[in-house]
This record gives sequence, C-alpha cells and structure tokens, in this order.
Amino acid sequence: MQAFAALFAELDATTRTRVKLDAMKDYFEQVGPTDGAWAVYVLTGRRMKRLIGARKLRDWLGEASGLPDWLVEETYQHVGDLAETVSLLMDDGEDRPAVEGSLAEWVEEGVLALRGLDEQDQKARVLAHWRRLPRSACFLYNKLLTGSLRVGVSRGLVERALAELSDRPRALIARRLMGEFEPSADFYRHLLSEERREERDGQPYPFFLASPLESEPPSLGPLTDWQAEWKWDGIRAQLIARPADAEPNQVWLWSRGEEPMAGRFPEVEAAAGALPEVVLDGELVAWKDGVLPFSEMQRRIQRKKVGDKLLREVPVAFLAYDLLEYQGRDWRARPLSERRAALETLIADTDAPALKLSPTVRADDWAALAALRENSRAHRVEGLMLKRADSPYRSGRVRGDWWKWKLDPLTLDAVLLYAQPGHGRRANLYTDYTLAVPDGDSYVPIAKAYSGLTDQEIGQLDRWIRRNTVEKFGPVRSLRPHQVFEIAFEGIQPSSRHKSGIALRFPRIARWRQDLTPDQADSLTQVKELLNAFGS
Amino acid sequence: MTKDQSTPPLIVPTDQGLYCAAGDFHIDPWRPVPRAVLTHAHADHARTGSQRYFAQADGVPLLRHRLGNQDFEPLDYGERRRFGAVRVSLHSAGHVLGSSQVRVEHDDGRVWVFTGDFKRDADPTCAPFEVVPCDTLITEATFALPCYRWPPVERVGERIHHWWSAHPDRPCVLFTYALGKAQRVLAALTAHTDRTVHLHGAMVPLTELYRRAGVTMLPTEPVSALPRGHDFSGALILAPPSAAGSPWMRRFKNASTGFASGWMRIRGNRRRRGYDYGFELSDHADWPALLRTVRDCGARTVLTTHGRSDELVRYLREVEGVDARALSTLYGGEDD
Repeated sequence: MQAFAALFAELDATTRTRVKLDAMKDYFEQVGPTDGAWAVYVLTGRRMKRLIGARKLRDWLGEASGLPDWLVEETYQHVGDLAETVSLLMDDGEDRPAVEGSLAEWVEEGVLALRGLDEQDQKARVLAHWRRLPRSACFLYNKLLTGSLRVGVSRGLVERALAELSDRPRALIARRLMGEFEPSADFYRHLLSEERREERDGQPYPFFLASPLESEPPSLGPLTDWQAEWKWDGIRAQLIARPADAEPNQVWLWSRGEEPMAGRFPEVEAAAGALPEVVLDGELVAWKDGVLPFSEMQRRIQRKKVGDKLLREVPVAFLAYDLLEYQGRDWRARPLSERRAALETLIADTDAPALKLSPTVRADDWAALAALRENSRAHRVEGLMLKRADSPYRSGRVRGDWWKWKLDPLTLDAVLLYAQPGHGRRANLYTDYTLAVPDGDSYVPIAKAYSGLTDQEIGQLDRWIRRNTVEKFGPVRSLRPHQVFEIAFEGIQPSSRHKSGIALRFPRIARWRQDLTPDQADSLTQVKELLNAFGS
Repeated sequence: MTKDQSTPPLIVPTDQGLYCAAGDFHIDPWRPVPRAVLTHAHADHARTGSQRYFAQADGVPLLRHRLGNQDFEPLDYGERRRFGAVRVSLHSAGHVLGSSQVRVEHDDGRVWVFTGDFKRDADPTCAPFEVVPCDTLITEATFALPCYRWPPVERVGERIHHWWSAHPDRPCVLFTYALGKAQRVLAALTAHTDRTVHLHGAMVPLTELYRRAGVTMLPTEPVSALPRGHDFSGALILAPPSAAGSPWMRRFKNASTGFASGWMRIRGNRRRRGYDYGFELSDHADWPALLRTVRDCGARTVLTTHGRSDELVRYLREVEGVDARALSTLYGGEDD
C-alpha cells in the first residue's frame, strides 16, 4: 500500500500526461500481478460493492473522533469527501509508522474480510485502522472502503500506460478492460499477454464517441463525404450475437457505461437470436409506430425484470447504426460506407420489429440538412449525427470523424432559491443550485443545476450566497430570491413527481442574467406554455 | 470582575468597525475614524483615512509601507495607554511581525481581549502568542473546524525544500501571501539550505523590512533584477497568489507550482486552484489552538469575528459550556 500511496501522491500532484504515464509504468513494474490487478481495478474507477454505508461510517467517525455528530457533518460538508474527512479528523498530530502490507492485502484483509462480520467487529477493525494509519494511507484505505477513487487519470491513460508497459496495442488492452472483471493475478497476466482468438466471446469493443460540432457544418467539406443520421435520445448499446452450440445465438447487450444489460430488453435479445455472428453498435429506444418519448423509455430503464404488461406498453427496439464485427472478422478498420452497406443488407434479412436500421438522413446540401435538423423535436430526436463516410470505427472520443450536431437547447430564466456545497474539487463552494420560477407570490422549484458557470462566477456567487442566506437546513441554504439564471435544457415533460408538474431534461446553467430581476424571470404559466409547445 | 447583564458591552461592532465607547476608539476600523488601534498590517485590518493610529512598534514600518504616511503612534507590547475610562495595551498575537491582541480594561474591572488574527505555532519571524487572561474574548475563527490541525512547521519546511530540490530542471513557483507567510517560508528554509530565493516585486520591500527588524531569512533577489529570458530552472520563486495565471508567470517555463496556506490541508482546495503541490502552512490558529486559547485565557464569554464563526460558537456553547456569540464584521478570513 505504501507504493500505491506514493503513486497516488504523484498522480495527484501533476496535470502532465507524461508524468502520470511514467508514474503508472514505474508502479506497475515494481509490484506483483495481484497488486497490479487491484491497481488497474481502482485506477480505472471500478468500485467494490460497498460493504459499509456512508451513514454508518459517519456515525463511527463521530464516536472515534469524540466530536458531536453535527460537527462531523459540518466538517464533512466543508471537506466534501468522506474518506478525506476521516483521515483529517483521525489525525491527532502524532507521528504514525509507515503502513505495511501490499495493496492486495489491504483490499482483501482490510476491506473484503469485513464481509460477513457483525457490525461490532466491522467497527472494531475499521476504527483500529483509522487510529493506526498515517493520514495519506488512511485516506486511501477509506477510499477503498467507500468505493471509487478519483485520481485524475482517465481510463484511457491507464490503458496507454499498460500498452506501453506490455508493448501490446492499446485497443487490445482497452477491450480486455471492458465490462466487469475479477482483479486477480491471472487477470493481470492475461491483460498484458498476447491476443488469443477465443477471448472475444461476449466482451464488447470500446465505443467510438462523437464530439459536439463546434463550427458550421459547411466547414466539414462537401456533404457527399458525410453520412447523416438522427441523434436518438435513447441508450447507446452494443449488441453481440455469437452462434451457440444449440440455436439460437448467444446474445450480449452492453451499455456505453459497460454495464451488461442481460434480461432487461428481452425482445431485443430474442430478435438477435436469429442474426448471423455480428457485433452491432446502436441505440435502444422505446418504439411503437415510431420512437416514444424518453420518459416512456425511463419506465423500462429502471426495471431489471420486465413484466408482460410493460413489455406490451413500452416495447423497445435496437436501432442499429454500425457494424463492428461480421462473420468472425473485425470490421472496424473498414470505411463506414462499406460497414453501412453490409449492415443494411443484414438488417433487411432479419424480420424482427425489435431490430431496426437507424435510417440515414438525406439532403441535397448543408442548408437542406440544417432545415431537417430544425425539425428534430417533431421526430423526437436530439438533432443529427454527422459521420465521415470513409472513417473507420475508432475507440473512445477521437475528434474529426464523428460529430453530434444537436438542436439548440430550450431555455428559460429562473431564480436561484437554494444552494448546497459541491463535492471533490468543488467542496466548500456552493455549486449545487435549485432554481425556481415565480408562481403568484411564491416560487416553485423547476430544476437543479450543477454546472455551467466559470470558476470565477462560482466564486462570486459563493460569496453572494453566504451573505444572503435566509435559512440553513443542514448543508442546504435557502436564499433571498435575487439572482436570475438562464437555464438550458434538452426537453420538457409533464411529471407527477415534481411540485411544478414539470420535469426538464439535462438542465444546466447557460448564463448568469445579472441584468434581470426575479420579477423578470419566466413564470410557471410561461413554463407551462413551453410544455404545451414542446412537451411530448 | 463580573457585571450584571445591564452593563453595555465594552466593544461592539458598528458601521465603522469594532468600537469601544468607554475609550472612544475603534479597533481595525474599515472606515475612517478619529482613533484607530490596529492589530496588524494585513489589508482587511489596516485601512487608510483615520486621523491617528496606534500599533505595536515592530509593525509600524509595515503599516507605513502599506498605508503611506499616516499619524502612527507606536506602542510596545504590554505598554498601557489610557483612553477615557479604559486602559488599552497590545500583546503579541504571533500572526505576523508586530501583530497584536488588544487588551481593554475598564475602570470597573472588566477585561476584554480582541485577538485580531493569531496563531500559536512556532514562527521565528515574530514574537510568540501571549496568553492574556480576560472576561470576554473576541476571537477570529478563520479555521474553526476540527479538520484544521497544522503539522509542525519544521515538517512543512522540509517538504518545501524537498519539492525545490526534486526539480533541478524546472522553476518552482511557490505562491504565498506577501506579508508574513513569504518571510516565514524564507526563515523556515534556513534550516535546510543557504541558496538564494527569487521574489516577486510585491514581496521585495516587505522582506527588506523584515530583515531590518532582525529576522534571519535566506538571501533573496528580485525576479526583476534578472535579464529577460533568464533560465529559472531549479530556482525557487515566491509570488503572491494574485500572480498565478498572470502574464508575469510566462517567464517561468514549465514551472511546478505550490501554494503555502492553511487552506491547502483540504485536497479539493488545492485541486480547484490547480496547484501541483499544497503546503499546509498557516498564520492562523488551527482548531486545537482556538480551543486551547479560549481555555487558557479563562474567558467566560467568547465572541467570534470572521471565519467559521457558527461552528465555533455552537461547539463552545454545547461542549465547552462557554457563553459564545458571533459578531458581524468585515474581516476577510479567506486570506492565509
């Protein structure tokens, strides 16, 4: 753990990619495969199932530190990170000996071994570590205990370090890191080993991610070099179908977040049973004579098991838009035009309503395409995707070949009503805002927003919030209605769960309207008009 | 010494600042007044425009530098001065050179002390904090949360030196407040090296005033004394936080950056500001020191000024059983 703590300190103290890569390579070179596996697990942001709830840890911290619970709570709100709060409050100013034991031992004996113990024993062990570990190790131990450790390295960077270390292609490392894995010495050795044919199985390929279009489309060159598609408002997914010993195919469905979605979309899995051996990229959407609003899809997303009634009410379809593997061959390096042609034939040959082709959108020129895009809301899509016709299927977010050309968001002006401190790098700054609209003499909350201001604006607003607090409810402050913000959002829907009767999709702050007073903000009546115009 | 509830408080916050009516003077006023007693030369405590200023003698040159030529009357620590019905004396606060607590003793026997900004950790650049017994203590609360507990300053000096030594091929730019903190760093580093440190222009005159006061520090050279295009690789440069991200920084190619401040105890603070390294070095009292000070001076009533006042007040009331209240003032609290 000492070595891992040193790695963490190095990664935490630099913003330079090269320094981070070298620090990771040095670390992986000096530790064994078991530690290596756990380090990969932790650095790529995977988390163990939480053994002890945060609430319980805070109670224990109150007891162990001898501080009243409210002060532990205030301190936690100020620090913004529970693991760090523990390490700070358990620091009694005494020098503590360096920590012994490997990372794997700490995970297995310090964390996993707590499973199955009763609460008293769990507490006794955890508190013993808190009282013994030096601050940095205590912080890391608590991070392991509570879940994820954000260290400012992206998953891509970990893949690069491992690729450089093992001299294997990064794409291979990336694929082996997809989905869930058991952090064992065997896994780590396999991760860095040469590729074998049979390892493909149900493992997904890394998704190719589009970037937002930043310039006017004509700057992309002639439209004929591009393929346009609707940008669906659904769940991006990878569908893998491989022949099984008996009919039908074995099918895997992966989300972009690399969650396996087995059993959640049975109609799609059934439809894919009849496909030849393929790997497809596409979007899961609720579909009944056309795409249904995302709120319908949400009813399906929340269910791990789907009943017949919901299956009938909200059927889901997989809209395929790319072909990554066909008949056992990796097609990702071939041009999109070729992949698309094969995909069209493939889907045409299947006759299942749950498996459709995501159509291309054709126009004579950019202006005509822009006009179609303006009509996106009527099609219940978010805008257009622009894909270069001769582009390969790349890994991760690589700019240049795939652009999302989204519709401009809807906006309204709302009043800041409550604020709460953020976490991590925004700890002890008020960055979580509840915005409201006037409704007669009172205000009705309409959205929560966490981003959209510059650091400077955040600082300025934070000072204003501290001076204009009406009341405090724990970490939440209610504020004098004064500040007006323009909020942008992707969609508006009726909702029975919100007091306003309205739910906004992806709300965020677009602008601080210091030129407006609260009475100039949009009223609830005006927001309802927006719902009538755009709600689906 | 105790008085019933009807006795008016000796010191109250007003629009001008903390005011003692019995002696007709203000302490660290933020608007011009006839008589101002100053605790130290930081900008949120020392402002221009008052008719006459009283301050501890070591701090007067710093005040002159900051406020220009005002009517200063230097006092020694412990020297008593009568104002109306009270006697006023200044006592070392251990915050920066010449920093004071203000003790006010009324003829009726009541003693009030205002700490100003203070700390209780070792600092060779100024006189150590003096415990002044009192009935009512007005204290700062900048770092009044239990997560703030400073490591020994020698350890921090070691870490800064280690950082500097570990980057022979890059300039190390350490951001610190120009008055007090910069000189404390320069003094702490004398235990490790005798190399020259480079200073941002804002720190040059202040450091010179510290030297004249007899404070031992590493040799320094203004950055501006070096020719354009000078290679600062391996050098340590001290600069105020306001220089971060300014065009002035362009001369330090590929710099590693650090910030020496009590706020750096929290990882999120360092990451938000984008510094590579944070060094926990504060000129304010940490949580244990705040509590110890309340106990040491025996105050039965504690009033808090800036910082985490609410938390300190509640803790003193509920856990320590002390009568405590928050005062509203305009002191900064963020700068350290």
